[in-house]
Amino acid sequence: MIRLEKVERIFQVGDQQVTALNKVDLNIEAGEYISIMGPSGSGKSTLLNILGLLDRPNRGQYLLDGKDVTSLTDDEQAFTRQQKIGFVFQFFHLIPRLTAEANIELPMILAGIPEQERKDRIHTVLKAIGLENRADHRPDQLSGGQLQRIAIARATIMQPKVLLADEPTGNLDQHSGGEIIQLLEDLNSKGLTLIIVTHDMNIGKRARRRIRIVDGQISADETGVA
Amino acid sequence: MNIKDIFLFTIHAVTSNRIRTILMLVAMSIGVGSVVILTSIGEGARHYVTDEFSALGTNLIIVLPGRTETAGNQAGMLFGKTPRDLTVYDADSIHRSPYIKQIAPISVGSATISYKQRSREGPVIGSSASLLDIRHWEMAQGKFLPVMDYDRGSPVCVIGAETKRELFANENPLGKWLRIGDRRFRVIGVIASEGRSVGVDVEKLVIVPVASAIAIFDNPSLFRIMVESKNRDMVPSAIKDVERIIRERHQGKDDVTLITQDAVLGTFDKIFTALTFTVAGIGAISLFVAGILIMNVMLVTVSQRTSEIGLLKAIGASKQQITILFMGEAALLSLIGALAGIGFGILVTQTAEIFFPKMTLVAPWWALVAAMATAITTGILFGLLPARRAARLDPVTALSRR
Ligand SMILES: Nc1ncnc2c1ncn2[C@@H]1O[C@H](COP(=O)(O)OP(=O)(O)OP(=O)(O)O)[C@@H](O)[C@H]1O
Ligand SMILES: [Mg+2]
Repeated sequence: MIRLEKVERIFQVGDQQVTALNKVDLNIEAGEYISIMGPSGSGKSTLLNILGLLDRPNRGQYLLDGKDVTSLTDDEQAFTRQQKIGFVFQFFHLIPRLTAEANIELPMILAGIPEQERKDRIHTVLKAIGLENRADHRPDQLSGGQLQRIAIARATIMQPKVLLADEPTGNLDQHSGGEIIQLLEDLNSKGLTLIIVTHDMNIGKRARRRIRIVDGQISADETGVA
Repeated sequence: MNIKDIFLFTIHAVTSNRIRTILMLVAMSIGVGSVVILTSIGEGARHYVTDEFSALGTNLIIVLPGRTETAGNQAGMLFGKTPRDLTVYDADSIHRSPYIKQIAPISVGSATISYKQRSREGPVIGSSASLLDIRHWEMAQGKFLPVMDYDRGSPVCVIGAETKRELFANENPLGKWLRIGDRRFRVIGVIASEGRSVGVDVEKLVIVPVASAIAIFDNPSLFRIMVESKNRDMVPSAIKDVERIIRERHQGKDDVTLITQDAVLGTFDKIFTALTFTVAGIGAISLFVAGILIMNVMLVTVSQRTSEIGLLKAIGASKQQITILFMGEAALLSLIGALAGIGFGILVTQTAEIFFPKMTLVAPWWALVAAMATAITTGILFGLLPARRAARLDPVTALSRR
């Protein structure tokens, strides 16, 4: 489903060039569960941003569902994100003035889904994440774990093919972090491709496929039980 | 995104930041409010003046000494000849015209008017009995000037309410003798003060027979002659007659100027309409200032909501959608501000009307439409730059900020 070929991402900082990704080749099949680990500054977030079409490689090719997506316009990429990709962030990125429900609704509004269907989907997803009685709460009235569950609901409401999570438990305590991972794994077991960037060994270990990045290069890529 | 979704999103954004919203609303409503207030004053002034003139009647022709020509040769002036005076004999001869209902010669001057120890300096008008009807005045007490020949003086006078108050206090002025210059006149009437009249404050007046005024001021030249035609349709014929009669009397020279009420009215109307447009333009400048403020506030908003914009991009918002959402905020604020401004303007003008009951202060419809349109256009135009900036933000950088 995802195919990276010799992808390079180089940042220009002043007159210095920082190579965040160095000729990365990567193949990901639909339904995989992948963790990406590595030291700070090794290029994990950069890789995830490129996979999520938030960033463009300087060189190399990115094929999504067999189609070259690096040459798409900004708006075509936005449409691809809307239809195929979900994001979960370390800092949730919920809009503070909107209720939980309204935050989940946002991608569907942008996609032009009719109101009734939006309400139906929200109802279903709130039930699935066990927050149906928190629909009207604003982010400042919810706990970190609840916020991340809302964020996951928002990321999956458009039924994407792949969910990209950059340190989704980085801002949570052990217990709620575990719950979030459980939720993500449940989604994966229903066929969603799941890619998690994490610093937590215990979380990283749980993935069927574990990728290690060092200095912008994939240094290890193991599949199977750790 | 449909209109309802856009509206709900912007309403949320607008109401969640009260201070910003109030600031923008105040700026916009001051701009729109000032357009409403200024144009109301302009229109009020126009109505006031045109009403005053219409009150005089549209059958009126005013004869002024001297020829004011916009074109043509002024040889007489070049050779140093001053225009011939307009006299009571000219006025008298105008009576020949069959189109004319009545005539009032007018001589004007200022003199010291005194009664016992009290005295005041004030305008004195010399005229005839017809003036009362031509001016549509009413008497509060006594009678107006009696009908008599223009060249015969009589020691009688009619006074306005203020003159009465100042000279007579609570005394009944009828039958009392007062002094104008060094002559004595008996008060025979007081003019009712509610009478409005262009150019003269009726309350301050003293009116004497025209021959007496000529004697007081020692000046046989009339200020003007007021001529009233029998009806409106006869105005053009009356003008021709008056011109012909005066020309005959003045050795074939057209040395008077005739003004009709309609022409005066039309001119004032034009002047005041231009004035109203001008003040509307001045008001529009404050709308422009409001626009600049909106732009700045929206720029601040965009930088405050960077991470929100990044998120919107991550979940698939196109550049156009982000532009619409942020421009929508500016437009919505402008619209509400404009409505508030119209309300504010109307409130101020209505309050002002209580204090100036003679003025009707109502903003013309075009000013309301123009102010609304300008406000919303300003909001959208000045909202465009911040919105485009938001749409162009790099999502990765935008999201990396919390
Ligand atoms: N916008 C940028 N401009 C310049 N350099 C950047 C930019 N983004 C990332 N980098 C650099 O690219 C490298 C990889 O960054 P990246 O954020 O991918 O690391 P990471 O593995 O996610 O680290 P962490 O675990 O701390 O999140 C780093 O050296 C970083 O300094
Ligand atoms: Mg990172």
